[in-house]
Amino acid sequence: MTATMVKEASPPAPVPPGGARGRRLRRRGRVIALLFVFPALLLLGALVVYPVLFSIGRSFFDASGNEFVGGENYAEMFRDPTNLKAVRNTAIWVVVAPTLLTGLGLVLAVLVEKVRWATAFKLLLFMPMAVSFLAAGIIFRLAYDQDPDKGVLNAAVVSVHDAFKGTSSYPTARARDGEGEGLTKQADGSYVTGADVSPGGTATLGLVGVAPKDLPGDARPAAPAAADAAGSDEVRGVVYLDFTPGGGGKPGVVDPEESGLPGMTVEAVRDGKTVAETTTGADGSFSFTGLDSGSYAMKLPSANFAAPYEGISWLGPALVTPAIIGAYLWIWTGFAMVLIGAGLAALPRDALEAARMDGANEWQIFRRITVPLLAPVLTVVFVTLVINVMKVFDLVYIIAPGPVQEDATVLATQMWLVSFGGGNNQGLGSALGVLLLLLVIPAMVFNVRRFKRSQR
Amino acid sequence: MNVVRRGLGNAVVQAFLVVIGLVWLTPLAGLFLSSLRSAEDTAKGGWWTVFTSPGQLSFDNYSALLENSGITQAFWNTVLISVPTTVLVVVVAALAGYAFAWLDFPAREPIFLVVVALLVVPVQIGLLPVAKLFGQLGLFGTIPGVVLFHVAYGLPFAVFLLRNYFAEIPKEMLEAARMDGGSEWRIFTRLVLPVGRPAIASLAIFQFLWVWNDMLVALLFADSSSQPLTVQLQSQIRQFGSNIDVLAPGAFLSLVVPVVVFFAFQRHFVQGVMAGSVK
Repeated sequence: MTATMVKEASPPAPVPPGGARGRRLRRRGRVIALLFVFPALLLLGALVVYPVLFSIGRSFFDASGNEFVGGENYAEMFRDPTNLKAVRNTAIWVVVAPTLLTGLGLVLAVLVEKVRWATAFKLLLFMPMAVSFLAAGIIFRLAYDQDPDKGVLNAAVVSVHDAFKGTSSYPTARARDGEGEGLTKQADGSYVTGADVSPGGTATLGLVGVAPKDLPGDARPAAPAAADAAGSDEVRGVVYLDFTPGGGGKPGVVDPEESGLPGMTVEAVRDGKTVAETTTGADGSFSFTGLDSGSYAMKLPSANFAAPYEGISWLGPALVTPAIIGAYLWIWTGFAMVLIGAGLAALPRDALEAARMDGANEWQIFRRITVPLLAPVLTVVFVTLVINVMKVFDLVYIIAPGPVQEDATVLATQMWLVSFGGGNNQGLGSALGVLLLLLVIPAMVFNVRRFKRSQR
Repeated sequence: MNVVRRGLGNAVVQAFLVVIGLVWLTPLAGLFLSSLRSAEDTAKGGWWTVFTSPGQLSFDNYSALLENSGITQAFWNTVLISVPTTVLVVVVAALAGYAFAWLDFPAREPIFLVVVALLVVPVQIGLLPVAKLFGQLGLFGTIPGVVLFHVAYGLPFAVFLLRNYFAEIPKEMLEAARMDGGSEWRIFTRLVLPVGRPAIASLAIFQFLWVWNDMLVALLFADSSSQPLTVQLQSQIRQFGSNIDVLAPGAFLSLVVPVVVFFAFQRHFVQGVMAGSVK
């Protein structure tokens, strides 16, 4: 305004197309420009800039907001075990997730170049970026379910485990107390008979405690096999379920309706040493042949009765953070791969070709040429991921079950819990928010610098 | 020899990528198949049992979902939040982006640097103060409140993206339009917006998905009558996954829209996400 008046007071100058009209036009231009930016500035000022300043101020006051406490909230953040846990978990996230993602993205970006269906693969891996953290959270709560009949991961883990270690078919089976063939339970959970079976003899080993519906589908009645006589160097016998459905059976006797227990491991033991081992057939029968004369005990090893393998407690306190990071990888790997792939496409082809001509193998090319040339792209991907990982909220909030929420907590969830989720300490909550802001300030400076440079 | 080895290497690479692809597909397939099974079947065994007994599959959960007024209401709330947010962000940011690129006003450069700095400000820091502000204005718990918050936190990126895109428009083009006596408004609507269409499309898709998928903001600012699908489903999550028959179809419903948008606008989507990753 002043500038305008000073100009008007100066001696009349030749009137160019500017002049009073030009000035009026310019002022009008400014008014129009301000009208263009006003809505954006109003919203940004009221809902972003003002809240930042408010939160900084609020973080120096106590929970009620009436008393100034200085840096007390910030000290509390590193003193209270739960808050400290949040700081630590965020540190783990920030180190682990971006590193894994950048590495995985790089490997996949290089490999996918070699196949013809690269586009389809990229689309598939990128798709989770379109899915909300909530939906991803539900997907992975389901996948990580502890019950191998619900969670696909534990189903896979348990079937791999059982394939190598064998499965125990009768976790609930036990001998009748004080009756039957005199099976006695040992300290290690196995059952043994007295050492009184000699070659040419038979043994009937009765167990109870198996519900008929839990019997293997191929189980058949044990009575016919129990009646078979043994050869002279043979010990025969049956392992059977000493229980007649509908009642009427006699304890310790193989009644006609009673089922054999197939797949049971039986050992012949002499002087405390296992000399032979076999497995029962569909009717529960077993036989040891070629035994030296003498008396043997029949043993049902504890592996027959072991509780079934339960799989891994993915969402237990120990593994919950790695498990949630796994879900995060599912979402973001496509992003890292596509961004790095774009960088890869921009690499000078002749450098790679020259190396190939010189006889370098694929690994040398990757290690010595591709990675160094890609370094700037990798940095951008890494930094981007760090910024995003710091603010991770929904995924932790959804996947971590209530009891382990404290073990999984990160700064963003902690800020939420402290401020709104029951904690209701808005002083501490604000301080946690400010800490989040402080953590992204390097990125802020980086962005501003990069922009300034691009304008020159 | 070398050819054979290369062929073998390629087969290994293909196999590895196929495995990775399957690993990526499995969780999603699990959700989808779970959403088609009854609660009783789910209690009995995992979703993979449908491969041996496909009779379990039915759309009953989905028809139950459509009759669940809480869910349908939440679905419409999601639409009522994300569509206006997207429109507002695009309009407000396009106006500001044009002004920052081509119009002259005091402190233009420093203000724009502030906008660039605001790019990475975490949403969390705004929750508490804005909740208080909205409480005083009567916006707390309403859809307009949720929309305004989203617009404000979407603006830094939107203004940044559009200003940079508009700045690339050749100066001669704008000056020619001004010589012809076009008003700034006319230039903006007739020249800048059409030229900026690719950037606007990427921005709109990115913004739409961002808001559609949001849970945090709505968790605080929406009440039970204005909550979107994410918050509604979140409130239904129980221990031990006992209600998979509600959660799985609900989650699938919430992700079907973004995934369709993704496949329909792949290129814009990827560009938008790439550009938006600086947030």
